[in-house]
This record gives sequence, C-alpha cells and structure tokens, in this order.
Amino acid sequence: MLRLNSITKIFGGLTALENVTLSVAGGSITGIIGPNGAGKTTLFNIITGLYTQTSGDVYLGGKNISLFAPESLASLGLVRTFQNVELFGQMTVLENVMVGLHTKSRSGIFSCAFKMPGQIKEERYIKKKSLQWLEFTGMVYLADIKAGNLSFGKGRLLEISRALAVEPRIILMDEPAAGLNSRETAELAGLIHRIRESGITVVLVEHDMELVMDICDSIIVLNLGKKLMEGTPREVQENPTVISAYLGDG
Amino acid sequence: MNSFRQLFQYILSGLSNGAIYALIGFGFAIIHNATGIINFAQGEFVMLGGMLALFFLTILKLPLVPSIVLAILVSTIVGMSFERLAIRPLKNAKPLNLIIITIGASIFIRGMAMLIWGKDTHALPAFSGNDPLYIAGATILPQHLWIFALTILIIIASRIFFNYSLVGKAMRACAYNPQAASLVGIDVKIMVLLSFVISSAIGSMAGIIIAPLTMTSYDVGIMLGLKGFCAVIIGGMSSGLGTVLGGLLLGLLEALGAGFISASYKDAIAFIILLVILFIRPEGLFKKKETERV
Amino acid sequence: MTKEKRQIIIFLVFALAILITPFFLQGSYFLNVLVFVGINTMLAVALNLLLGYAGQISLGHAAFFGLGAYISSILTTRFSLDPWLIIILAAVCAAALAFAIGFPILKLKGHYLAMATLGLGIIMYIVFNETVGWTGGPSGLSGIPNLHIGSWIFDNDLYNYYLIWIITIIVMLLSINLSRSRIGRALRAIHDSEVAARVMGVNAQILKVQIFTVSALISSVAGSLYAHIMSFISPVSFGFNFSVELVTMVVVGGLGSIYGSFLGAAILTILPEFLRVFRDLDIVIYGLMLILMTMFMPGGLIGGIQSIAENAYTKLKGKTNSNA
Repeated sequence: MLRLNSITKIFGGLTALENVTLSVAGGSITGIIGPNGAGKTTLFNIITGLYTQTSGDVYLGGKNISLFAPESLASLGLVRTFQNVELFGQMTVLENVMVGLHTKSRSGIFSCAFKMPGQIKEERYIKKKSLQWLEFTGMVYLADIKAGNLSFGKGRLLEISRALAVEPRIILMDEPAAGLNSRETAELAGLIHRIRESGITVVLVEHDMELVMDICDSIIVLNLGKKLMEGTPREVQENPTVISAYLGDG
Repeated sequence: MNSFRQLFQYILSGLSNGAIYALIGFGFAIIHNATGIINFAQGEFVMLGGMLALFFLTILKLPLVPSIVLAILVSTIVGMSFERLAIRPLKNAKPLNLIIITIGASIFIRGMAMLIWGKDTHALPAFSGNDPLYIAGATILPQHLWIFALTILIIIASRIFFNYSLVGKAMRACAYNPQAASLVGIDVKIMVLLSFVISSAIGSMAGIIIAPLTMTSYDVGIMLGLKGFCAVIIGGMSSGLGTVLGGLLLGLLEALGAGFISASYKDAIAFIILLVILFIRPEGLFKKKETERV
Repeated sequence: MTKEKRQIIIFLVFALAILITPFFLQGSYFLNVLVFVGINTMLAVALNLLLGYAGQISLGHAAFFGLGAYISSILTTRFSLDPWLIIILAAVCAAALAFAIGFPILKLKGHYLAMATLGLGIIMYIVFNETVGWTGGPSGLSGIPNLHIGSWIFDNDLYNYYLIWIITIIVMLLSINLSRSRIGRALRAIHDSEVAARVMGVNAQILKVQIFTVSALISSVAGSLYAHIMSFISPVSFGFNFSVELVTMVVVGGLGSIYGSFLGAAILTILPEFLRVFRDLDIVIYGLMLILMTMFMPGGLIGGIQSIAENAYTKLKGKTNSNA
C-alpha cells in the first residue's frame, strides 16, 4: 500500500532521515516508533508532501507520489492527522468533518453562490455523510459545538473523524494517543480496530508503547534518522539494538 | 559638464535618501528579529521624530540640541508604550489579529499627530545652515553630511552593540531561540522591549535628520515606513550591512528613475521594487549565506 | 423551525426593511447617506470574503474600487459607450488584474501580504494621480454621465438608493450562500489552519486567488456605480485612508459575517455624517476601533450581538425548563 524507497532528508547541516526504506501492507495497522528526534514526524511530512525529500521516492498503491503537492493526496486516498491537533477552531464539529468531504464534492464558487440545484443536492449529501462519520466515532451529540471549545481528547477524535470523511485508503496518525488518559486510549484502540475493519490501512507514530504493542501488526523502529528494524511487536520488544536505542545511547 | 553634475546630484540625493531608508529599515529588522513581527508603526516613529523636534524648537522655543534629544526621548517612550500596550498583551493572539492591531496602533499615532499638529507640512531648520558646499563642481548641503555621518555612526554602534556587548548578544540569542535564551536567564520580555526602544530611537533620529531636507507632516510615516520596509526586504532582514546596501540601492534607483524617467512616479518606483522583490526573492538580495539574523 | 428556514426569514426581513425604508424618509438627506451605506456595504462584503473568511489581509482594496470608478468614468466620458457594458468591462479588468497579481501576492503571508497589498494600493493611487491626461489627476474627473434604464435616469437619491441596494442585496445574498457552502468552509479552513486544509484536499493557493478575484470584481462594480452616481471622482477617495476605513468596517462589523459588514459599513458611514467629532477625529477613531475591537470583541459587533442573543436564549430556555 505504502512504500518508501531510500528516503533521505537533509536540513542545512542536519541529516534528519537517512536512506529509510520501508513498506506498509494494505489493511494493516503499522506503528512507527523511535526515541525523540528519530525523524518520525519528518517522515510523515515527507509522505504527505509538506516537506520535499532530498532524495528517495514514495509510492502509494504502486504510484510514485514523491513530488505530489499535499492537496492532491486526499483524492488519492492518503490523509493524516497532526501531533498538535490542527482543527478548524472557528467552525463547528460538523463543519470540520464536512471539510473532509471537500474532495468528494465539486461545486465551485459560481454554483455555491447561486445555489444551483446540483450544489444543493451535493450539500445534503455532504451533511448526511459527515453525520455518519460522527456516528462512527461517537461524536454526533457534539455536532454543533464550536471545534475550538472541545476538550483535548474530543479534539483528537474530531481530527480522526474529519480524516475518515475523506474516505481514504490509508490514514497516517501522528501521536494520536498523546495527552489521552487510559480510558480514552482504550477507546482509541477500539476505534483504530474499527477503522481497519472498514478497510482502511492505518499507520501511526506513537510513544505509547502499550498501545503500539497491543494493536499493531507490524512495527518500524527509527533512530537518529535511520531505520533500525521492522518486525512484529514481539520481535521488536526482544531486539537488543532497539532496547539500547531507547535506554542507552539513543 | 552639466549632465555629469546633474548625475552627481541625483546620486547624492539618492544616497542620502537611501541612508534614511536604511536607518528606518534597521528599525524593522531589529524588531522582526526579536519578535517575528513587522512593526507597522515604524514609519510613525520616524514621523514623530521630525514633528516632535519641530514642536520643541518652534513652540517651546528650545534650542536645537535639547529639542532633538527630547524628540528622540518622547518617541522612544511612545515606542515603549506601544510595546507594552499593544504588543505584549497579544503575544498569543492569532497572527491576523496582531497585524490588525499594529495597523490600528500606527493609524492611532498618526491620527493623534494630526490632531495635535494639524495637517500642514513644516520644515525643520537645517542643523548647520543652508550654505551649500561645492565639491567636484556639485553642491552638497551640510544636511547631507549629517545624514551620512549619522548613518555611519549607527551602523558602527549597532555592530559594536550586537557583537560585543552583553546586552546585544543577549538580544541576538533571543532572536535565534527565545526558549533557550530564557533558560540561560535572559529575560525575553525585556529584550523585546529593548528592541522597540532601539527601533523607535533610530526611527525618530532618521526622521529628525531628514526633516530639514524634505518637509515633515503628520502623514510622512506611511511612505517612509514602506520605503524603509522595502530597504530591509532587499537587505534580507539584516540589521547590518545588508539593509544599508538595500537602502542605498533603493535610494539610488529612486533618484535615477525620478531624474531620467519621470519625477512624478518617483514614489511608485520604490513600491514596484518592493513588490518585485517580495514576489521573486523574498529572502532579499543581500542575505548572507549563513543565517545571520541580527 | 429549522436553521435554514430561520436564516431565510432573517434575510427576507432584512431585504424588506431595506426596500421599504425610503418610504419613511421622503426626500430626506438621510436617504443620500444610505446610498453611500449601500456602496460601502458592497465594498465591505467584498473585502470580508477575503479578510474575514479566507483570513488574507488586504490594505489596498481601495485600488479595485478606484479602478472600476476610473475605467467607467474614462470610457463613458471620452467614448460614448454603453455605461452598463463598461461596468462589466471594468469588472473584468479588475478581475484580470487581481487574478494575475493574486498568484504571487497571495503566496505571501501575514505582515508581508499586508505590506504588499499596501504597496499595490499606493501604486494604483499614484497612477490615478499622475496619468493626468486620462484621469484628470488630483483635480479629478467630472462630467460622468448618470446611468439610465430606458427613460429612468439615476440622478436622484431615490433611484440611486434602489440601484445600489438592489445590487448590494444580491451581492449579500450570493456571499451568504457562498459562506454556507463547501467553498465557504474551505475558505474558513484555510483561515484556521491552512496546512490541515491542504491535507484535506483544499487547494489553498487557487482558492485564495479565486476569492481575491471575486472580491476585486465586486469592488470594481461598486466603483463604477459610485462614479456614475457622483458624476465626479478624484484620487483622494481611493487611497490608503479609504482602504483602512474598509478594513475597519469589516473588523467592527465582524470578520466573517456578511450582516456584520453591513453593520460596520452603516456605522462608519453614518456616524461621521452626524457626529462632527467623528469627522474631525476620524483617523484616531479608526485606529482605536481596530485595536479595541480586536482585543475585546474579536467577533465584531455581530459576534457581540450573537453572544448576547445566545445568553438570553439559554436563560429563557432554562426558565421555561424549570417552569415545566
């Protein structure tokens, strides 16, 4: 589903990522872990086109998306959430999710301003679908709340709901469990399972080891910009280099 | 050699205007490097310098030097109040709101000037008289010499301050990394205040020194501010040589354009240059390779 | 009552109020003031689309207003062409300019965008002032013909009132529709978090340019109408001060609220007419308004009214619940 080939990213004098090659199987839940500064968010930014890699390629479902602009990736089925939850704070919860359906709709300035029949129909579709996604994540009762007023955990959930509205093939989550208490984290784990069950591949960058080991089929470990290893949770837990990266010289 | 003399006049006035633009540009750079914002009111400090000096000189009948000193002092106080009242409380505001507030504040200052001093233009008397000097067959007014002298002085002073004094180095540290700076005991808030103090002081000096040559009135701030901004953009936001070169270049192009192409479009030249630079090379023409931000 | 129904009723009430107002103001000077409220509302709404929704600051919007005014004036005084056609032509020109300059200028963010639009506005002002052969320079351009439809000539306050307000009401309606649509949400998304908007597939760059173009087009139409109503224009109406006035109208009324733009335009047009103090202190007051509004009432007056209404509504609901 997603394949990175020799991705290298150099910022000025700093090599953030060096020759990272990895692949994510369709329908899997894959975790990317590593100590702070390992380059995990940089990797996400490169995949989603917010940074341009210094060298290397990114393939989505076999298609080379290395130089694609971020806005073209949603329609190709790639979406992400952010570490610092990037909500549209001034809009309601429902409106946030409706933006997720931007690529599933087409009305332009003219049709919207003049309320053409096609646009009216499309708008009804967008609203219906958005409410369905809010049901999926259990947030329908918050639909008309201003997004900026949500609690942190609910804000996270909203970001995921919005990303799901894109109906992606693959969703990248950047530290979705950060700042969540154990109950919220358990609910998140359940949600991620349900997302996978609906056919969406999930990749998450995480620091919460319990969550990662619990739900991931496969884990990729990064350290100092390089890939240390790729394997099942058990393999990763037992690998001495991973252990020393976290505890020792990492 | 009439045309040579004319060319020399253009170049001279271009360079002296350019020096002023450079000084105003310094003000932008210092505040931007310390806080990340563009001080919309910078032009108004320039205006205040000239207008206040005029006020002290002609209304309060003080002698020249105290008038100048007081003008710089009052402008600086205005600058500090601006920072305290409009900037500091809004450190965490949305960027758009911060912009609107700085615009509002600069308009407010301009409006107050209009209320207090009316809309007339005034001329500040030249510092050392109006007798021109003749050099190489061209006329240089003494005021021009004052302008160049002040500019050189400020460049040297800022070099010394930012590179060799403890406070100056502390300000540079804040510009690079405010969090790290505060961890080593530098009070970032004071540094921000200081950047406004320095910028408003330099701005008002620039306004005082150019006032004898160009008239001053309550609304010179907009144009001068924009041109100073243009200078600092060309110079890559440096508070050093880059902005000086930027200002001089701008002044020269403006004067030559006014002389040889059209005098009435003189002001438009600066803004066209501004737009072109912002579109094509927003990091400036003279930015050094290494990230020298202060 | 559904939200949509309520919104439609509010709009109809508003439009009706505007349309019947002249009957209560027979031949009054106030009618003339309201014509200008209409023009300023059109301009404020146009600016709000860019500033309030997309969050892009423009300090040079008077330039497009002026462009429409001058193109209409010059072409109708020098060549006797159909004024209505020229309004459209001028609008297309303004739109083309906005489109061309929009791409590079809207790549800039924050203060840089503000400075660039300020520079653009000043360049246009200088052009208006200096191309004396075409524009009449600082002394202005006079003899601009009034518009007419058949035998109805728009040379009096009553006709002008309806001319301006019918168009303004249409512009408001279209803008309200736009704001409540996919495009409106995309614009507000860009304002709140451009990066997240892009990740959701919103092409921020193109949308910003598109809305900039629409905004310029509306402003140009307002300018053309202004010229035909006044019969005389001069560059001083199209300079930096007016651009600032427009921004103040939008901010005071409420960024992102179309009705707010009406409120802001009304206040800033009416008050200077009747409060001498306002007129003399105008710049100071605009500066203060911008500062105080942004600090204490970022939602503008509309935002303030809305929260009062919401508080009253919840108190009322609470009372009826406890009674039930």
